[in-house]
Amino acid sequence: MLLEKKKKRSYEINSSSMADIAFLLLIFFLVTTTIDMDKGIPMILPERGGEVKINPKNIAKILVNAEGAVLYDNRIVEDMELTDLLETRIKESGVDNEGKPKLIVSIKTDRATEYDRYITILDLVKEAGATKISIAEPDKE
Amino acid sequence: MFQKKPKPEPGISTASLPDIIFMLLFFFMVTTVIKKTQGIPLITPAAYQTKKIESKRHLAYIWADDKGTITVDDKLVPVSNLSHISKIIRERLDEDNRLIVSLKIDKRAKMGFVTDIQEQLRDAYAVRVNYATRFKGGGG
Repeated sequence: MLLEKKKKRSYEINSSSMADIAFLLLIFFLVTTTIDMDKGIPMILPERGGEVKINPKNIAKILVNAEGAVLYDNRIVEDMELTDLLETRIKESGVDNEGKPKLIVSIKTDRATEYDRYITILDLVKEAGATKISIAEPDKE
Repeated sequence: MFQKKPKPEPGISTASLPDIIFMLLFFFMVTTVIKKTQGIPLITPAAYQTKKIESKRHLAYIWADDKGTITVDDKLVPVSNLSHISKIIRERLDEDNRLIVSLKIDKRAKMGFVTDIQEQLRDAYAVRVNYATRFKGGGG
């Protein structure tokens, strides 16, 4: 019959591009995802009490005033100079039994010193290779 | 006859490819944590020696800006009563003795203020701290 010759139409959504759509979504998420990492400069604060006597030869004192100027060895030094001076000092001081430099770097700031300046100095001291860093408490006003 | 033998189909079937991709997609969607940074607006200082902290699990956060606003683990602490800091941190330290305190302090803050916070941490015996900084130079 004539009627039977009519083909049945299939109603289906073409799913061949499904993978492409999923890929697109996947790439979108891969690109936009940012893994939020906490980063910073690790530091160990001195514990309360228990003052330890240290040979003054093994201490390098750094003073930072309210304006951000650095005093080292009783004279004002520039940032770049400070790293070089500390590096030589660390080499001279030698290493302890654990292989770490003996030199203790003490950083003392004024109460009005900016935190940014303190971090910059701390950064320089770490760059010089110091592992023992002590933070001295600023004098009370 | 020889011709009657069915030829084996070459090639890998790609029918399940969308399913695999969808699985990957769901994995990323589920594991992605969209963390909205909330808190006090502040700018952390930049440093070359910035290092990544290995474990996020053992972290307590202290935020402080240059105007004297402090939050400890998202709780506001009044400047007039700084001893709250050591109280909160000591509680955290009791639960986890490997605690590291991450100090997110605005770069314009004064050292006297920072020292006051650090003294509180010393009171709580939380000596492991981390100054939150950005990488200096190159991106970041």
